[in-house]
Amino acid sequence: MKFTLDWLKEHLDTDADLSVITDKLTAVGLELEEVEESPLAPFVVARVVSAEQHPNADKLRVCQVDPGDGTIYSVVCGAPNARTGLVSVFAPVGTYIPGKDFTLELGSIRGERSEGMLCSEAELLISDDHDGIVELPEDAPVGTRYIDYRAINDPVIEINVTPNRADCLGVRGVARDLATTEIGSLRPNRARFEGGSGASPVSVAIETDNCPIFTYRIVRNVRNGESPDWLKRKLEAVGQKPISALVDITNWMTLDQNRPMHVFDADKIAGGTLTVRAARDGESLRALNDKEYSFDEAMTVIADADKVVSLGGIIGGEDTGCSEDTVNVLVEAALWNPSNIARTGRKLGIHTDARFRFERGTDSASAVEGLEIATQYILDFCGGEPGEVHVTGDEPAWQKTIDFDFALIERRGGMAVDTAQATAILTDLGFGVDGNRVSVPSWRPDIDGAADLVEEVLRIIGLDALPTTPFVRPDNLPPVALSAHQRAMGDLKRVLAAQGMDEAVLWSFTSSAVARHFGWDDASQSDLLLENPISSDLDVMRPSLLPNLMLAAGRNNDRGFGDVALFEAGLRFFSTKPDGQQPTVAGVRMGLAQPRHWAGGSRPVDAFDVKEDALVALEAYGAPVENLMTDTRDIPAWFHPGRSGTLGLGKNVLAVFGELHPKALRAVGIKGRMVGFELFLDKVPAKKARKGTAKPLLQPSPFQPVRRDFAFVVDANVSAERLLRAVKGADKALISDVSLFDVYTGENVAEGQKSLAVDVTLQPFERTLTDEDLEDVSAKIVAVVAKNLGGQLRS
Amino acid sequence: MDLDALKSGLLERIDAASDLAALEQIRVSALGKKGEITAQMKQLGGLDPEARKAAGQALNALKDEIAGALDARKAGFADAELDARLATEAIDVSQTPRPVRRGRLHPITQTIDEIVDIFGQMGFVWAEGPEVEDDWHNFTALNMPTDHPARQMQDTFYMKGHSGDEGSLVLRTHTSPVQVRTMMSQTPPIRVIVPGRTFRSDSDATHTPMFHQAEGLVIDKTANMAQLKGCLLEFCRTFFQAPDLTLQFRPSYFPFTEPSAEVDVRCDRSGGKLVIGEGEGWLEVLGSGMVNPRVIEACGIDPNEYQGFAFGIGIERLAMLKYGIPDLRTFFDGDVRWLRHYGFEPQLLPSLVRGR
Repeated sequence: MKFTLDWLKEHLDTDADLSVITDKLTAVGLELEEVEESPLAPFVVARVVSAEQHPNADKLRVCQVDPGDGTIYSVVCGAPNARTGLVSVFAPVGTYIPGKDFTLELGSIRGERSEGMLCSEAELLISDDHDGIVELPEDAPVGTRYIDYRAINDPVIEINVTPNRADCLGVRGVARDLATTEIGSLRPNRARFEGGSGASPVSVAIETDNCPIFTYRIVRNVRNGESPDWLKRKLEAVGQKPISALVDITNWMTLDQNRPMHVFDADKIAGGTLTVRAARDGESLRALNDKEYSFDEAMTVIADADKVVSLGGIIGGEDTGCSEDTVNVLVEAALWNPSNIARTGRKLGIHTDARFRFERGTDSASAVEGLEIATQYILDFCGGEPGEVHVTGDEPAWQKTIDFDFALIERRGGMAVDTAQATAILTDLGFGVDGNRVSVPSWRPDIDGAADLVEEVLRIIGLDALPTTPFVRPDNLPPVALSAHQRAMGDLKRVLAAQGMDEAVLWSFTSSAVARHFGWDDASQSDLLLENPISSDLDVMRPSLLPNLMLAAGRNNDRGFGDVALFEAGLRFFSTKPDGQQPTVAGVRMGLAQPRHWAGGSRPVDAFDVKEDALVALEAYGAPVENLMTDTRDIPAWFHPGRSGTLGLGKNVLAVFGELHPKALRAVGIKGRMVGFELFLDKVPAKKARKGTAKPLLQPSPFQPVRRDFAFVVDANVSAERLLRAVKGADKALISDVSLFDVYTGENVAEGQKSLAVDVTLQPFERTLTDEDLEDVSAKIVAVVAKNLGGQLRS
Repeated sequence: MDLDALKSGLLERIDAASDLAALEQIRVSALGKKGEITAQMKQLGGLDPEARKAAGQALNALKDEIAGALDARKAGFADAELDARLATEAIDVSQTPRPVRRGRLHPITQTIDEIVDIFGQMGFVWAEGPEVEDDWHNFTALNMPTDHPARQMQDTFYMKGHSGDEGSLVLRTHTSPVQVRTMMSQTPPIRVIVPGRTFRSDSDATHTPMFHQAEGLVIDKTANMAQLKGCLLEFCRTFFQAPDLTLQFRPSYFPFTEPSAEVDVRCDRSGGKLVIGEGEGWLEVLGSGMVNPRVIEACGIDPNEYQGFAFGIGIERLAMLKYGIPDLRTFFDGDVRWLRHYGFEPQLLPSLVRGR
């Protein structure tokens, strides 16, 4: 919302400086966006005290100039009219000269010092006259800013009006708010023409609920010329192009009074009737913005006997608009249903000042007043004979009364406000106050309860005037702020970072073309697509965190950083329901697991790096990792079928890890290998709450543990994990640990078989183990492996 | 026999011994079965008791002294041998150790942990909610009915097939729907802080289609605007580690609060560098207000009995200001150079008690 300072002062009687006014605008909630001052502000009225011939140049003069600041400046000037006693316009050093597009510097011209410039009108960009410097009357006030002297000093103020304050989309409303404060008072509103005679040749009928009231009148025999200069200047200052007096008046009414209106050329209305009604499917209109729109039945139009002539409350039609030839004008001021305006405007993509105001809610009681003010302007600018005011429909019931306990101001604001002061504020804003009954003015549809009244009082007093009270917590110590999940998630992230992975935060959406390769099903999960994505490669909610991580890893690789370990925590989506959005963590690694080093150890990443990541992270999250089984049966299609696995508890899969499938890598444009993991935290069983905080008692054995190695030959398809479990189960009391320390295929091991070597730790609790004990347990181990897995001790 | 001469002779020989074998020879010649001291001992039997006692004592002392000298010399040989071996084992300790790389946490994670740590001290607990939200929780319950102009200000992402007005599904445009979910599932008093992802269909130098907010909500019988000011002042001072920081509250409009205020922190831009907490300028950091009674009512709580305040913090903005991160768009690229530079080491868990 833009207006000029002078314009505001036509409604607000104030002596306040511009900066006081702009500060106040922000303080009452009409946030200042910008003040545009004239670029001519630095130019000053000055007298040429003396003008003498330049010693080294025929056409130059050296002038002594007095700009009224107590200093006399020496200025070298080439203008033929530079003479002693002339009053002209002076620009000090540092001034930007718009007509020359440069900033003035201290200079020396042909050996004479020049400390400023005397300017022509062309240099000020106020005319094409560059024959000489500006000549002002003898008595022009030296020292005054030129823009003040010429009264071209009206700064443009732009404010940000919040959607609730439709009443401040007119300068009158802004002035009303400011007049509530100490800086000024509200002047009477614009003159209105009350009277008129003779019926309109056009009659209006309303056939829709979306237009409660339609007021209009005819003004005959107008001359639609240009608007007066003052109006054109103000419209131009706020970015409106003057068109013709009649059109400018409607624009002025919108900006000044927040009263959008429309003028029809009455002679172009077919059949002498206007009907406000729902559009018929396919009806269309060439609008005043020179665009063609076609309508559906949800939209509200104004039609004459033949056709649609206006899209109600949004934009008028070209055919029935006013031109220089208009003689009889039909002026209308109506009210429109804000929702209907909003939907229609959105559907058609039309943004007009009228739509902007009507969808926010204009003053329900303003139609006739608006019509009468506009009539007065028409008479002033165009002459003519106004007919009587016609009203079709009824003013909607806008009257509202609120029971207001003034103590609520203190209860909500935290500061006592004197009832008399609160009453005065409300009254100035247009509310009626009668004891505890407060009636709401017609221009404030946003006010709907006592809390709104508190807000009105507090914003005018100023929120900075409220005290700042310590906000104490009810108990001495705070409650635990994090849930078990939130705490575990934090632990997990910090553990993964300690594993050497960098945490990324990536979009929650991804490309549907990519998502298809990661489990998103077009048919059954189409609701995960966005209706209006920001771009086609971010058009679906991610079914997995992996694709965006893979893309990010690929970008790093392309930048020359190929050894990447990234993880992310966030939601994966399998439906749009709240329980279809579940906490997930995924990570990818590519390149080298360890960089090259003199001590060796450098190797590419492999599935076991991410298996470790997955297990360490799951443990940090609180999953029972001791009980997790590695499985290879239900591997997602985006993992390498032979180099990946799942970690689960029975059928409950908690995680998947391994090498990513070359097809999945191709889908995200990556060459080379990459490993990754994904943890489905929603699948992790809740930890059973333990009673108390004590850890179980440590019971160290007094007897030394004994370690024995075994190498078994088993079929190649027997998993190492099964062997480890079989061995461990051979004597649960004695075997405390089993670890796999060698895997071998090749010479001395038959084709289709492999050798697995395990290190078994035996921990006795009763007595030191004898040779006999050791033989017994070894026999048990060998027997179990033979029985369960068909494995034999390697000879 | 002159014991002194014997002693000095033996000690001289021990001192002169060149290796362990020579030392052993000396031991045998002095203390062995046929050794000089042993021979002296054997002669004690021929003396009278008085003299035998005195000579015995002297001989024992000599024996101990020689044994001690032999041991000491032996230990010296062992040390020298060890030194010689260690000298051969020397390595170049200036070589680099085996690399261990720790990853970094994203500044968003760290900033959220800091925010929760501070509000946690004030009795807030962390609440969460879904990112795909329904129209009612995201708008209607927050006093933004269908066609409300404030809806248009939010550049909403709609889910396909659910983009109608009522009953539509959206990507939540703010964390405020969690206010609603919290009020509907809990009874006051309520203090929650809701950090999370939010989405708006906007992408330019200062906007990304996804960003993070932290919503705060307090509902009880007395929470008021003055306490809101106190709460946010305490937070900003602690977060920015600027104990003298001041705030400016500007009236604004959010459909779900009234009065509504935008909050600016004092800042100094004069030196070409932004300093928070001093100077003449103001910088907007968050929005806030008293919860609109309509919202409280929509959530099934009696607005005549309960009231409260709410605020919404832009997490990226706070992180950028506190840690001097210049560009919003870099947050979501996953660039390891950026993550390693602006990220946080995992052991740096924010803690007001520890002072980090």
